[in-house]
Amino acid sequence: MATLNLPHLKSDDLPIVIAAGFILVILAAGTAYTLSTLGTAPLLTPNYLLTQLQTGAFLGIVACGMMTVILLGHIDLSIPWTMTAAAMMATTIGGPGAIPTGLAIGLIVGLVNGFGVAYLRIPSMIFTLGVDSVMRGLMVAHTGGFAPQDTATDLMRYLAAEKVLGVPVAVFVWAAISIVISAVLARTSFGKAIYATGNREAAAYLSGIRTRWIIVGAFVISGLCAASAGMLLAGYSNKAYQGMGNAYLLPAIAAVVIGGTSILGGRGRFIGTLVGVILIVLLNSVLSIAQMPEAGRQIIYGLVIIVMLLVYGRTTRVTS
Amino acid sequence: MTTASTPRRESALVMSIRQNRGFYGALLLLAVLYIVYNFLHPKGFSTNVFIANTNESVALAFVAMAQAMTVIVGGLDLSVGSVMTLTSCIASELVRGEPWQIVFGCLVTVAAGTGFGLVNGVIIVYGRLQPIIATLATGAVAMGLALLIRPKPGGEVDLDLNWAATNSLRDLAETYHLFSDGEDAWFQPIAWVPVPLLIMIIVAAVIWVPFKRTVTGRTLYAIGSSEGAAFMSGLPINRARLWAFTLAGTFAGCAGLYLAIQTGSGNADIPQAGAYTLNSIAAVVLGGISLLGGVGTAIGALIGALILRVISFYFRILSIDPLMQSLVEGIVLLLAVSLGAVRTLRVKNRLELFR
Repeated sequence: MATLNLPHLKSDDLPIVIAAGFILVILAAGTAYTLSTLGTAPLLTPNYLLTQLQTGAFLGIVACGMMTVILLGHIDLSIPWTMTAAAMMATTIGGPGAIPTGLAIGLIVGLVNGFGVAYLRIPSMIFTLGVDSVMRGLMVAHTGGFAPQDTATDLMRYLAAEKVLGVPVAVFVWAAISIVISAVLARTSFGKAIYATGNREAAAYLSGIRTRWIIVGAFVISGLCAASAGMLLAGYSNKAYQGMGNAYLLPAIAAVVIGGTSILGGRGRFIGTLVGVILIVLLNSVLSIAQMPEAGRQIIYGLVIIVMLLVYGRTTRVTS
Repeated sequence: MTTASTPRRESALVMSIRQNRGFYGALLLLAVLYIVYNFLHPKGFSTNVFIANTNESVALAFVAMAQAMTVIVGGLDLSVGSVMTLTSCIASELVRGEPWQIVFGCLVTVAAGTGFGLVNGVIIVYGRLQPIIATLATGAVAMGLALLIRPKPGGEVDLDLNWAATNSLRDLAETYHLFSDGEDAWFQPIAWVPVPLLIMIIVAAVIWVPFKRTVTGRTLYAIGSSEGAAFMSGLPINRARLWAFTLAGTFAGCAGLYLAIQTGSGNADIPQAGAYTLNSIAAVVLGGISLLGGVGTAIGALIGALILRVISFYFRILSIDPLMQSLVEGIVLLLAVSLGAVRTLRVKNRLELFR
């Protein structure tokens, strides 16, 4: 890490500082582009930034859950259809029971994932993949493969699309979930146990941590976050639809990793995930303002992740 | 220790079965599934059914073999589906025209996959990035390149090649006027063999089997088992990892080439690329390869891919609602991996679970 002359920073903070710096670079480049083509700087208006935060809220909430799982050195690939299932069941039930139903879906998926990974010791990548497939099958069977006709409840629409004091409510939801998760990670024994288990599960177990419960707990958090994001997304577009969660899995992983969380587990700060989410959302929106075709967006998106990780995400060489 | 103390030496086959339970289990499962399938099929045990089935399996088999290369070293390649899509788009542009152009196009396609795999390997080995996240990013780049080449689905792959590569050997001989249009007497016993099956076997035999016997090939397993021990033994770790990801690219390139020939076109379909990547992981697990690395073979991945495909064939003949397919696939996957979890019930020292 000596390549960058920032001696006062802890190594965990370095990625966050660099990612935050990159956000400024994106904003500057985007503004330069709009100034040269349109003569205005819409990127820097509060309204624009708030709109971006609103669309970023869905990704941000998913990333919160994903981070707790990645901190354990695991991964949750069941997020796309957990989101979709929660949204579909919530809109199907409707009324005051809608949101509890969606959260219950997230809870159940989290418990199943946690059981498979913690108790059956199946690699999380394959188990959550299987659960995702099962959820997809169940939802396709439930809807007959068509877009369900039910619409989101008023509460879901309010939480996703309304504004309070000019700020989208979804941003408040994201902020609330973020505060809860960051407090859990930093202040509670459960949070400390997540880091300990992610570092070395055997050592954590020998220290008296019930590591299997910790793993189940982290997957439940991930399931609940995915379910919340799914329901918000349904409220935003007023209905649930097939494959609505597909676009959130990879960006969520990317946001967590860009924010400095090690994919091997045990290291990473919550603020980094927030920065990672904002970086990805802004990158996407600047690319769409520049009317970059999908091909160019994919390429730039991939290159940005690679370059950022080459700067600070390198692992140490295994020599013993 | 017990094997060393027994006076009688076990035969090679028994020992092989003992050491590769996952692989032989997968082989048995495939055989049972496919034989039952043929009994249920109204035209079961016929060449046409066999050809159609192998045809649909080739691309996934290659992608699964690509995934196997990286999983054996303890990594994972999330870009295989995208590289397959990229190379199929390249093939849809190049594999047509004069015979030399077709051959050239095929070579360029596979070379493109190989090159992309090499880039993956360089980033992972010399950039020291985690394979899963590095290939996640390079997969996006591959998808972008595929969209650049083919913004809309299409392309005109040579029709003769399409016909020859997706049917029996007799059709191949007829198309290219070999062995007196396939009428030679010696040719008859093998004339029914599906070309796609041969393609799978030949590619596996030419690339994987020799490679596994080299020092580099053995090093893959050493890295997957314990990278530190492999390093201390002086094994060529960087070279082996580079080879693993490069060969993964080669297999993905073969998958893309075959997909383009089979469908006659290229399509930069993002969901399809994702589905192939995920299915390749499932195939690798079903084929007895440990996701922790160090155990399994590319042939196992091929078997795993075939199992996945045979399961999907059942939907047609049993007239199960195709909408249920992903449900059944998911349940089969969960059951298969849960079988491996039986060992956790037998473990006496719980610390052994945490490795």
